[in-house]
Amino acid sequence: MSNDTETQQLLDKITLDLKQLLKEKSISDPLMIGIHTGGAWVAKELHTMLAIKEPLGLLDISFYRDDFSRIGINPQVKPSKLPFNLDNRHIVLVDDVLHTGRTIRAAMNELFDYGRPAAVYLVTLVERSGRELPIEANITGKHVELAANEHIKLNGPDNLSLIIQKV
Amino acid sequence: MDPKKASGKLQTDSNGRLRHFLTIEGLKSDLLTEILDTAESFSSVAEQAIKKVPLLRGVTVANLFFEASTRTRTTFEVAAKRLSADVLNLNINTSATSKGESLLDTLRNLEAMNCDMFVVRHNNSGAAHFIAQHVAPHLRIINAGDGRHAHPTQAMLDMFTIRRHKKEFNNLRIAIVGDVMHSRVARSQIHALSTLGAAEIRVVAPKTLLPRDVQKLGVHVYHDLCEGIKDVDVIIMLRLQRERMTSAFLPSEHEYFHLYGLTEEKLQFAKPDVMVMHPGPINRGVEMDSKVADGTHSVILEQVTNGIAVRMAIMAMIMGNRHGQEHAS
Repeated sequence: MSNDTETQQLLDKITLDLKQLLKEKSISDPLMIGIHTGGAWVAKELHTMLAIKEPLGLLDISFYRDDFSRIGINPQVKPSKLPFNLDNRHIVLVDDVLHTGRTIRAAMNELFDYGRPAAVYLVTLVERSGRELPIEANITGKHVELAANEHIKLNGPDNLSLIIQKV
Repeated sequence: MDPKKASGKLQTDSNGRLRHFLTIEGLKSDLLTEILDTAESFSSVAEQAIKKVPLLRGVTVANLFFEASTRTRTTFEVAAKRLSADVLNLNINTSATSKGESLLDTLRNLEAMNCDMFVVRHNNSGAAHFIAQHVAPHLRIINAGDGRHAHPTQAMLDMFTIRRHKKEFNNLRIAIVGDVMHSRVARSQIHALSTLGAAEIRVVAPKTLLPRDVQKLGVHVYHDLCEGIKDVDVIIMLRLQRERMTSAFLPSEHEYFHLYGLTEEKLQFAKPDVMVMHPGPINRGVEMDSKVADGTHSVILEQVTNGIAVRMAIMAMIMGNRHGQEHAS
């Protein structure tokens, strides 16, 4: 398995930045949670590279989306798996692309239904323009300016690669 | 009215998505599988510290029970509440209809209170279908059991429980034992099992407790319990529906237990990893011995737990389809 060169560089960068952040904050035992699906792929890489002891958590935010009344339930919804207690823990929340911020809002609402973390840090492979909520990543691979009709997407789960499409 | 034929068309929209949930008959295998998959995701909500998701916030669900029920009504209520809906429980027997109000007038009044979903149990076959035909278009109906016709959410929670243990349906041999004649549960189970591709479906009962045309449903008929459960993977016991029996179908309950009651000895005829199911409530010592009901093969309490996730999935799917828009990615 090999990721495309640019994606691997971004993964290396966020790994280093996250190591630095955890060191600065003196966090030795973070819990890592990836958002289904792209965020879970990125989280899996980070989880391995940082050799985090606790199992990787998986969050599917379908039940917390704010557009349910418009588009209904996602037929591909997967169960969330958080095989640990979140109370008073430092959570590293991972997604592939930060765009409007609505996914992260939903993810944080879901996390707080599982427990009360000490802190939540957000790591994304890419952040793009188009925020609709006051949400920013602590660590991101790169910033991309895109038009409203452009879409950046992570392909996976093997050979991760970022692609930009017009929709 | 023939609820069997008409319900199928009424319950899906032009895109094949679920509008009401009235009967299993006529639903495609993909849709049943989607319900089971969605329920699998909802089962993780029970692991949350706060066992609630905000999907149906602001939605009002009315449980309209024209017939007594504890388990079904309660699990529907828990399911709706875990979806953050508001729930009204109406015991209609003791309410307006006893004062002479017609069914449609009762419905109009509930509509006027801005309800969004009715969960209906009624002793007349076709009642949920009738209600679905006559309510305002934004309202959604779930059949929680109508007469002898259908009990589709019970069948889906049974399918969910079977799939969790056995993974696939296409190699399974399943025996449904007991009062098939009066059982809406059995009818819905048979439709669900055959749609999902079960290898062999058997019904085991005395002749007096089998509908005449039962073979037309694609089942193998047995009158002897030991023969009927020989080498099966799943045994579904049915409750003797004494309240629906208007004449003498049985010599005595003692005699029934002797012939059709499931005991540990008789269970030996089935496969060693057989699972034993019952929709509840159990008549202990009539349909089965307590040792079997509480034994290692029994998944009866799991069925109750699974009923919540399955009902959450069905409620969420029909409520998420009120605006008829396509899914965004």
